[in-house]
Amino acid sequence: MTPALKLSLTRRYRFSASHRLHSGKFSAEENLRLYGKCNSPYGHGHNYVVEVTIVGAVDPATGMIANLGELDPFVEREVIEAFDQKYLNEQVPEFCAQVPTTENVCREIYRRLKAFPAARLERVRIEETSNNSFEYAG
Amino acid sequence: MIRVTRKVEFSAAHYYHNPAFSADENKRVFGKCSNLHGHGHNYVLEVTVAGEPDPATGMVLDLKELKDILQREIIDRMDHRHLNHEVPELAGKIPTCENIAAVIWNLLEPNIRQGRLDRVRLYESPDLFADCTAESNGDRSRPGARA
Repeated sequence: MTPALKLSLTRRYRFSASHRLHSGKFSAEENLRLYGKCNSPYGHGHNYVVEVTIVGAVDPATGMIANLGELDPFVEREVIEAFDQKYLNEQVPEFCAQVPTTENVCREIYRRLKAFPAARLERVRIEETSNNSFEYAG
Repeated sequence: MIRVTRKVEFSAAHYYHNPAFSADENKRVFGKCSNLHGHGHNYVLEVTVAGEPDPATGMVLDLKELKDILQREIIDRMDHRHLNHEVPELAGKIPTCENIAAVIWNLLEPNIRQGRLDRVRLYESPDLFADCTAESNGDRSRPGARA
């Protein structure tokens, strides 16, 4: 008997933003020691790549888990418009109170995309640079 | 357990069209992909086999054998073909990344004799891919969330 198959679809999106790793809970010296160059006072930026993975049954009528015609505008509205070309610390409200590490950015993007109505969000993976990546699956 | 992944590429044409839909509906649901002349992609296929290395050879499987299986089952079938018209396994299915990945799984799985097929990942472009794996009991990522 053929086992049931599980299918997922992953789409990659991009945004560019600046951030500064700095916590109000620590002294200036502690922040510098903890975050190093990332604590530089004026911030710095990355070309972030966001991988969004959805799972669900493939609709036989369309062959799709979800139509990219729905996923793309949803991600665009919920994430790209809010994050692209922004200073995350001051222009994304969630990061006024928490440090915009890519771990936290990953969790915030997952939270925003969880509401996608056409399929279940399985995972968000972010490449902060080509050498660093972060994943969150809830 | 070790996972071994082999990558191959093939180029093929396809379009999306459901004969049960009206022309307008096909256009609305499938957008540019509904152009009946078709369009094409350079597909990249990553096939992962999992298992314990044989103590005598140090290998999970003979990669040459996997290469031959991929050539015979996938490349000979799909490379430089029109997926809607020339691949019988896709007949009656919309040749989306999801459906092609599932067809590839079913073509490969019976041929893997050393180790077991762990994952088929099919890239339609660098920014879009489907993963096909075997559903496992208790897997929290079970499909079926779609109402």
